[in-house]
Amino acid sequence: MTVETTMDEVTAALARHLTDDGAAWLAAARARVSGEPAAIEVLFPAAGRHCGRGRIEEPAGGWTVDDAARTVLIAELPLTGPALTETIEGLYRYGDAGEKRGVLRALSVVDPVMKLGESGVPLLRDALRTNDTRLIAAALGPYGARHLDAAAYRQGVLKCLFTGIPLADIAGLDRRVDDELVRMMSDFAQERIAAGRVVPDDVWRFVPSPEA
Amino acid sequence: MAMRIFDPHIHMTSRTTDDYEAMRDAGVRAIVEPAFWLGQPRTSVGSFVDYFDGLVGWEPFRAGQFGIRHHCALALNPKEANDPRCAGVLDVLPRYLAKDGVVAVGEVGYDSMTPEEDEAFARQLRMAIEHDLPVLVHTPHRDKHAGTLRTLDVVRESGIAPERVIVDHLNELTVRPVLESGCWMAFSIYPDTKMDEVRMVRILQEYGTERMLVNSAADWGRSDPLKTRATGEAMLAAGFGEDDVDLVLWRNPVAFFAQSGRLDLSEQSEGDIDAAATFEGNSILRGARAG
Repeated sequence: MTVETTMDEVTAALARHLTDDGAAWLAAARARVSGEPAAIEVLFPAAGRHCGRGRIEEPAGGWTVDDAARTVLIAELPLTGPALTETIEGLYRYGDAGEKRGVLRALSVVDPVMKLGESGVPLLRDALRTNDTRLIAAALGPYGARHLDAAAYRQGVLKCLFTGIPLADIAGLDRRVDDELVRMMSDFAQERIAAGRVVPDDVWRFVPSPEA
Repeated sequence: MAMRIFDPHIHMTSRTTDDYEAMRDAGVRAIVEPAFWLGQPRTSVGSFVDYFDGLVGWEPFRAGQFGIRHHCALALNPKEANDPRCAGVLDVLPRYLAKDGVVAVGEVGYDSMTPEEDEAFARQLRMAIEHDLPVLVHTPHRDKHAGTLRTLDVVRESGIAPERVIVDHLNELTVRPVLESGCWMAFSIYPDTKMDEVRMVRILQEYGTERMLVNSAADWGRSDPLKTRATGEAMLAAGFGEDDVDLVLWRNPVAFFAQSGRLDLSEQSEGDIDAAATFEGNSILRGARAG
């Protein structure tokens, strides 16, 4: 998976997947958010009902139509600095699982433009504490690959192995994998083998196979 | 016989994955979990916020692992409406009533019929009208008959359409006034208290199957999440047809909660369950714990 997800990819995906009604709703919602940022509090939860929730192929990594719609709503916020951070934190804090995932996805896309810096990292850490595979996977997108420290990133990768999230869904793994992470993956594989349990195939991309 | 079952009132937060498996095997495909008392009283708004987050986050995810669609009803319950430390729940509730999985306001109603309960009940009926949501109303265990009549008065005064209201936990003595009010009638089938499946069948024989709902109301007390199925079997044994069972256990609850416009009964293939959930069969189903 590439380390970047761009706004162009997101808007192209919406153009492919939105119905006319969905597109009209989203255009009106964007216009409202750009003039009245607090309106995002009621528009953000409604995005799935108006735009749909189906899986899409691009951007890669398990995106859905509502993730894409929520991303463009966040990108529309006429805010910077602490005001932007506070609004994004509120969307996450009061969001249901779909909204939380939308925020996590959006961080990767809007970060280069809106200059979030480290401000979204507490949200990633919250998501990585859950056992919800949708949130864990979204927290390990390009924003996580850029901003999570090594210890948190390694723990996130191990958590994917434990919960069955394909390693291919994690952004930046080829770049961020280090000796310590390989050791942790190897120990995980040994533990599974000792227990007579299945080892996910994708581990062997990073750990030397015992049969090799 | 194969039954499709929608349990319109069950507290899955208090139940195990064994229950989810048994429910799925019995035919349960969709549920509504109303917000209620957890056995241990809460003392702050934050406790409710975390509970509501679970009902729109973790619990639907857990249910999805077993092929069951989870929806919820949210409210400040009548018992805890009496604690002034919890009154602020009503201020955060509107934000949650906008969520996708929230298909009703509930459980609201009376516990001890105090002035605080009057205020919370009336205010939440107004919220239901504002958010265009139906309502699930609990009737009190103590002084049930008088409490049910008073409940129907409050519902009438609120101006909400009776067909958008469920009055729950009914029995032989409270069913008729609810029937006459135009509200939906719900019965909680318990191992030994509120109502059992044999008595339920007699009520269906006497009052018919229209606007009738059957739930397990299973929670942290002695209760059984398969009582919906048991009621369906008791109906068949008493001579009801398969179509009658399907009406009571599926089409009635679907018709009621569809009034929210938010009921999602599609198969679990959309975005809320990632490929990860079934990746090589590895998931909560296999007991994986990320801790």
